[in-house]
Amino acid sequence: MVEPLIKDYSSTGRKGYSLPELDVPTTETESLLGQEFIRKEGPGLPEVSEVDVVRHYTELSSMNYGVDSGIYPLGSCTMKYNPKINEDISRLEELVNLHPYQEDNQVQGSLEIMYSLQEDLKEISGMDSFTLQPASGAHGEFAGLLIIRNYFLDRGEERTKVIVPDSAHGTNPASGTMAGLEVVEVESNEKGMVDPDKLREVVDDQVAALMLTNPNTLGIFEEEILEIAEIIHDAGGLLYYDGANMNAIMGYTRPGDMNFDVLHFNLHKTFSTPHGGGGPGSGPVGVKGFLAPYLPRPLLRKEGIRYYWDFDLPKSCGKLHAFYGNYGVMLKAYAYIKALGGKGLKETTKNAVLNANYLKARLSKEFELPYKKSSLHEFVLSGSKQKKKGASTLNIAKRLLDYGLYAPTIYFPLVVKEALMIEPTETENIFTLDNFVEKMLIISREIEKDPDLVKNAPHNTAVKLLDEARAAREPDLRW
Amino acid sequence: MDYISNTPREKEKMLDVIGAQEINELFAAIPEKVRLKRELNIDGSLSELELKRQARKLTDRNNSLNNMTSFLGAGAYDHYVPSIIDHLISRSEYYTAYTPYQAELSQGTLQAIYEFQSMICELTGMGVANASLLDGGSAVGEAVLMAQRITRKNRIIFSRAIHPAYREVARTYGSFQGLEFVEAELRGGTTDLDQFENLLDDQTAAVVIQYPNFYGSLEQMERIQSLLEEQKKILMIVIANPMTLGLLTPPSEWGADIVIGEGQVLGNQLNYGGPYLGYMATRDDRGFIRQMPGRIAGATTDADGNRGYVLTLQTREQHIRREKATSNICSNEALNALIATIYMSAMGKEGLKEVAEHSLQKAHYLADKIDQISGYQVVNKENFFHEFWVKTPVEPGKLIDELREKGIIPGLDLSRFDEEEGLLICTTEKRTREEMDNLVSALEVVSNG
Repeated sequence: MVEPLIKDYSSTGRKGYSLPELDVPTTETESLLGQEFIRKEGPGLPEVSEVDVVRHYTELSSMNYGVDSGIYPLGSCTMKYNPKINEDISRLEELVNLHPYQEDNQVQGSLEIMYSLQEDLKEISGMDSFTLQPASGAHGEFAGLLIIRNYFLDRGEERTKVIVPDSAHGTNPASGTMAGLEVVEVESNEKGMVDPDKLREVVDDQVAALMLTNPNTLGIFEEEILEIAEIIHDAGGLLYYDGANMNAIMGYTRPGDMNFDVLHFNLHKTFSTPHGGGGPGSGPVGVKGFLAPYLPRPLLRKEGIRYYWDFDLPKSCGKLHAFYGNYGVMLKAYAYIKALGGKGLKETTKNAVLNANYLKARLSKEFELPYKKSSLHEFVLSGSKQKKKGASTLNIAKRLLDYGLYAPTIYFPLVVKEALMIEPTETENIFTLDNFVEKMLIISREIEKDPDLVKNAPHNTAVKLLDEARAAREPDLRW
Repeated sequence: MDYISNTPREKEKMLDVIGAQEINELFAAIPEKVRLKRELNIDGSLSELELKRQARKLTDRNNSLNNMTSFLGAGAYDHYVPSIIDHLISRSEYYTAYTPYQAELSQGTLQAIYEFQSMICELTGMGVANASLLDGGSAVGEAVLMAQRITRKNRIIFSRAIHPAYREVARTYGSFQGLEFVEAELRGGTTDLDQFENLLDDQTAAVVIQYPNFYGSLEQMERIQSLLEEQKKILMIVIANPMTLGLLTPPSEWGADIVIGEGQVLGNQLNYGGPYLGYMATRDDRGFIRQMPGRIAGATTDADGNRGYVLTLQTREQHIRREKATSNICSNEALNALIATIYMSAMGKEGLKEVAEHSLQKAHYLADKIDQISGYQVVNKENFFHEFWVKTPVEPGKLIDELREKGIIPGLDLSRFDEEEGLLICTTEKRTREEMDNLVSALEVVSNG
């Protein structure tokens, strides 16, 4: 079924809004602005009624799938349930109806929330100072690398390389480039981990940082982390922690204690703020004390009982957002942390790891598990066996949609062929996990009996398999 | 409340399947040396009721715009947000979804992005738009880097009439890219175009113009356009407030190559500065599109030949191209873009124009009155839209102090940015004549006092 575009409901003169009458004497627009500034034709926006808008976007929402619809096992995305109370708190008018340039003394409640969030993130990570300014994980990576670059610049050291494992998220190398660094890839070993010996080979005095996700994207904890840290630190470089997989370690270990110097969190992963169909996220960055002078401007500080923004940071790496970052997202993360407390956060990690290992134990009987090492909150299967029988990992993913489930992350990490990267999170119960396993097993059997059924999936979604090649070949990007 | 639903008995059963005695065994790979040997020191385990009570306590320490009449703008605007917006974006199929990687089960998000891109193109007059960037500031950063990639030149010409925070963000984005930023001075409330003209050279990648500019003024776009016609290789980047484009000549007609801006004005709450959304539009030209950062949705067909939507042209992006990507952006501001899409649909062609018209008329009404008060002077009387710059007889900080008790925020104290002095005053369609008259009376009192 195809839902028309909103403009297709348009009819000249139809209205979906109401505004008060203009209550001031008016002057002709042309004389206020000059004729050349008045657009000759109004913008081609729809002319529709309120009910048209409501029905159209309600219909579109029915062609979508969220965590509230069911399991969302995307690896490295931590699609946990988004508690409703957090939404309510983030909508409290006294918290929302604030202008970013109101004086600090008028917004003490909000600053206290942000400060408290920073303090909690410090405790969870073992870092000394935080900025909440980055608006996404990748934004946080960029900020973190700029902090590192400014630190070295200040010391008179010109370091131009960043090392990234081949299993890293694509944002890591891309952030390196944004920070003007040359990206050096280091191969994982047969256990799926960074090999200290291989690392030694690529480390030199040009290395500014190593970016690492721990546990890595295979869900495997880098056991040699202290040795890795030593190799980098001995060469004068710094360690950057990608917090995408923080859900695997809360309360068990802290990046600060693993000797990382800089990290970012993804509030929209670990701390349950909803993904919104691709954003907004929030990527707070924490650093060890010696890097604090290089954090972005402004920093939130407390003096006595008063909170204030400090702009006087001569060594700051600059500014990455016009204001203070995605405040609305911070409110939700704050509420989440307060609902759980330290104990609850550890329980979260415990159960995320239990759920992932349960799925792994059941699914690895049917699907190949290329890296056997014990894993934490996520794991990666390969669809290679199934591929030989005629259906690829892409086909398996699409067939899952037919069963009303979302698919895992596929074809990532790049180190696994036909990868299926699965992260159930702690909020799924055994019934939803068993249902996921059952559907995966059914699909595997379908591939044996009737691979075309799987190859031509999906069959039951709002649209059938979409032609991505055509979309790229003949771009149709607007009406 | 920890939102974990498995019971102890179920956990036992799961451990049996795994072949472990207790959950802690699963963490054996974490070396003893890096283990946290104590509990996390974070108070909590609050019930819903306690959490709400705690939040209420904190809200009491805020003085929101519910209690104040605000004339603040400067990149964040107090426009009316229609009721339907929160109702529609509260549908959890939207807000609890991830990036639409599985297109067949994400058609709602994808079609809405396609509509967003289309409406941004309609407003700006440009050929293509992306699915959103992180905010208006970062959009400026992304745009100058894009211009550098397209032109392979390193000089960016700014004007001091651009929002100071946007300039700072762009400089930060360019800090290790070999970019050189030069700034044309102000003359009145607009860019000194004589000086600007002298800055143009064959090393220039792009000029950046804000429309209307930070002080609310419209630059002499015809002159800028003709200057750039003589220097065809220099790109024109325009930072445009999309609300004003309901009324203003679209940037495409001034020859813009890249148009960016802050989309908060399109139905997004003030939210103390975020989440907002950056937008970006450019020429319908492969050379430009290939260098554009961020996600793009496109229409295609499904196996039955029906229309559907996917994320496309992804070979620009980090998950495919890694260090060779056009940007590191991954998460964007999808839900805020959905808000903007619903807003643009509901307001439509006439509604957006009416919002722009009301904001403009009210600003001019207020500016005329303030300019008549002895000691006050509107700097940019000519050609401002809905914001204007006022020189005051007493320090703006003192004015803000005096007016606070009357429940009025008279505007932004420009000394915040260490460049100019005075108040930057903004009106939207929400400000009433009575509120503006009250501001004028209050300023008169201070002037006489």
